[in-house]
Amino acid sequence: MNMAAHECLLQLHDEHFKLEDYQSGVPRWCTGCGDSAILAAVQRLCRDEGLRPEKTVFVSGIGCSSRFPHYMKTYGFHGIHGRALPIAEGVKMARPDLHVFVNTGDGDCCSIGAAHWIHAIRYNMNITMFLHDNQIYGLTKKQASPTSPRGTKSNTTPRGSYLEALNPLTVTLGVQNVSFVAQAADWIPETLFDIVKAAYHHKGLSFVRIIQRCPEWLPDAFDPWMHDPKRVLMLTHENGIKLSSGLAGVYTNQEQHDPSNMNRAREIASCIDPIPVGILYRNEEVPRYEDLRRSKTLRTTEYIRAGLESEFDKVTVWPEESQEQQAA
Amino acid sequence: MNETLELQHPKQAVARQRSPGREKPVTTLKEHIIEVISDSGEGAQRCGQSLGSIAAKMGNGIWTVEIIPAEIRPPARSVAGASGNRIRIGSARITNGGDETDLVVAFNEQVLLGRVRDKALMPGCIIMLESMWRESSDAAVVSSYVETYNMLVAAGYKVYEIPMEKECRALVSDARRGKNMFALGMICSLYSLDMKLAREQIALTFGKKNQSVIDQNILLLDAGYAWGEANLDFKYRIPAVRSKEAQIVVNGNTAIALGVLASGMEICAMYPITPATSASHYLSDVFEKVGGVVHQAEDEISACAFAVGASYAGKCTVTITSGPGYSLKQEGIGLAVMGEIPLVVVNVQRGGPSTGQPTKAEQGDLLTAMFGSHGDAPKVVIAPSTIEDCFYSIITARKIAETFNMVVVVLSDAGLATSQQPFPRPKFNESWIAPPIDQTAVPPGAKAYDWDATTGLARRFIPGQPGGMHTLTGLAHDRASHVAYDAETNEEAIHYRSLKLAALQKTLKAPPVFGGDEGDLLVIGWGSTKGAIEEAVEGLRAEGVKASSMHLRFLQPLPPGIKEAMQRFKKVITIESNWCDRPEDEIIDETNRRYSALAMLLRARYLVDVDCWSEVRGEPIKPSSIRRVITEKLKK
Repeated sequence: MNMAAHECLLQLHDEHFKLEDYQSGVPRWCTGCGDSAILAAVQRLCRDEGLRPEKTVFVSGIGCSSRFPHYMKTYGFHGIHGRALPIAEGVKMARPDLHVFVNTGDGDCCSIGAAHWIHAIRYNMNITMFLHDNQIYGLTKKQASPTSPRGTKSNTTPRGSYLEALNPLTVTLGVQNVSFVAQAADWIPETLFDIVKAAYHHKGLSFVRIIQRCPEWLPDAFDPWMHDPKRVLMLTHENGIKLSSGLAGVYTNQEQHDPSNMNRAREIASCIDPIPVGILYRNEEVPRYEDLRRSKTLRTTEYIRAGLESEFDKVTVWPEESQEQQAA
Repeated sequence: MNETLELQHPKQAVARQRSPGREKPVTTLKEHIIEVISDSGEGAQRCGQSLGSIAAKMGNGIWTVEIIPAEIRPPARSVAGASGNRIRIGSARITNGGDETDLVVAFNEQVLLGRVRDKALMPGCIIMLESMWRESSDAAVVSSYVETYNMLVAAGYKVYEIPMEKECRALVSDARRGKNMFALGMICSLYSLDMKLAREQIALTFGKKNQSVIDQNILLLDAGYAWGEANLDFKYRIPAVRSKEAQIVVNGNTAIALGVLASGMEICAMYPITPATSASHYLSDVFEKVGGVVHQAEDEISACAFAVGASYAGKCTVTITSGPGYSLKQEGIGLAVMGEIPLVVVNVQRGGPSTGQPTKAEQGDLLTAMFGSHGDAPKVVIAPSTIEDCFYSIITARKIAETFNMVVVVLSDAGLATSQQPFPRPKFNESWIAPPIDQTAVPPGAKAYDWDATTGLARRFIPGQPGGMHTLTGLAHDRASHVAYDAETNEEAIHYRSLKLAALQKTLKAPPVFGGDEGDLLVIGWGSTKGAIEEAVEGLRAEGVKASSMHLRFLQPLPPGIKEAMQRFKKVITIESNWCDRPEDEIIDETNRRYSALAMLLRARYLVDVDCWSEVRGEPIKPSSIRRVITEKLKK
């Protein structure tokens, strides 16, 4: 049997958790903030999957969304701006037995942490990553972010932002080793949950971009899409998301998309209007960096000692007597 | 010496030199400094390293210093392109690179000229110069060679012209790449080195290649030896006393990597940077054998964040870098300080600021190490002063980091990084190894930062510990790790994080004084300068000078007893390799003089009038320079 040392062979009893087991404090997000929808979906995931709170770590950077770990009654790491991914990678490399999640915003991930984002996709560690994309810097009070649509008026672009928005989906799908890309919208909680769940079950880096509203700084940004369900392209597939009859009745603009089809995934990703929602790409075959790197051997003191002594042997000058002894 | 011998098989030559009547007078030396230099890629470094290893195996004290051009492949035959090795061999233990070179083997006159201009060579020293350039088809090369040869002879150097490549050409197809082993053989002859050990060393050096490569290099080695025996009219011997105990011979970076192995740390996160990278190269090769991982991150910031994350969730982790990388890690280091996450950061210092001198030594990062990162970010700073210390410092750093939940910065430098010195083979001790990750349940009501009122210490909760769930944050926080902006909590937390340094200081011993306990002058140093300072002090004391020295391993916190030691001397001076303003400059006076880093710290802490002297030439400070400084300081 090929199992890692930390995997448990026996489940002695069923454990049941309640939502309260994952709830910590009262979120200090603005009323109507998309972060709350994500928090609700993730807490439900933890309960449904029975994730042990002490074995679960939420890592975040800086920004409104990066407050997320504080509202989870699990372990959390509220780090520094842009560096949630490398911190989470360190956690996962040291402790593959932990469930590791990353919460990051569009400024955190796509701007100051962009290098880490690219390389995290390439490492493909088993981490579930949520990009809370509200297309604006919220915590620092309304500056344009890389995902702000061109023309966004903000405190640093009072006459409208100058550049076309960066598309996180096409960027992610362009990186070697990408293994899971999905998009959700905060105003469709049912699908949001289904995507969060699929992301959690994927073995590799699951990249979930969640389009979310910022009621404070860009209150109307997604109104046209919210008010016209046809401007949402629902990606459905037997290997992807399946819509309930209720949702299917509202979101009639649907496409059967096989998440293993990379070429079509890239085409869909390029589409800004309608907004695609669902799983764009999934490939379980991409190796995970921690599996490639971590030793399968238990690191006992004797093991370390033997390795060290063999290195010393290579560079040792023995005293004359012992050399003779060795020869004898 | 332009004509060469008829080529013969080296074994015949060896046989001939062994025949009676050809014994040369052998001069016995206490020590000698030998340099082997070539264009990059011609193998002088390998020749020099092998020489050092052979001498060490014979029981000689050695200290080797790499001569590294800043570029990977500088143009051939260029003055700035010298690549090679400098080996100080002695009868007794050698603690530093010493003064000027006594004998140099140069593969062309241009790289030699660079070393002459650097004042690296002893006036009138012996030069063994490749003579092929005299017969070059390029007239410019011939004239440059002849001109340099004549200049050197006129300047009093004893120049021997050696037809190295010509000799090798008869034996191998690629003579240019083979002559380093010919040179090694010749040096073995010159210094009466053990050829059996030399052949073994070649087998070891080329062990990863096939047997024919080893055989060919041994052929060249033997040829060089035979040529030296037959053609050189002098011979040296540096008596060796073989140590009673096993010694290991490694450079500072390898010692650091071995320290990582021995400390039980499991993960090293790094990004390539000179001169730190060779530690990670070696570690990459061997760490997996003990279940470790070297993670080459996408940048320095990520390497630090990765290390912080790994430390937070598991055992203390190490990140290895040099100056510019150290600057980039500052925010991550501050996070580890704030979150009280153990972390070892190795900074192999190089010349700065900015890109500075990547391959050259400097001690310019002390203040950055102590005060780096914004806000009040107390961390431990230690500096190894010998190759042996590089090994043990990492083990010590890991222990302190995990005991105090602090960042420990280890300041090595480019000088230690590439220098080799034998030291007693470490005897494995189980206490070196990090304990297993605590996964026991946290008692109900326990808080993530339950700071002890006296020491500031708190037990850290690690993911996986039931009941310990909390969110670690870089924001100001209270004992429960809740974000707290109130005045009292903020001050309380800063207070306790600071107290930990004092708690560590209480466990430290006063640093010993080298020489006499009192006298006219106390020299204080830190890091790689120890060997040179102590050699200078020892020499001067033998002449009756009342100078002593003290070398600091802990720089933050400073150990007790320093002030008391300083007060027993009339004058105190630090000797460091970081800039201090020169008092002789017209506009420099007591109101504007910038002191060297350690001098500034000692003056501030102890209110003692500590002077300083520094050199930032990118090379290790020579004992003779220190002797001169001490002598002058005592005259003032």
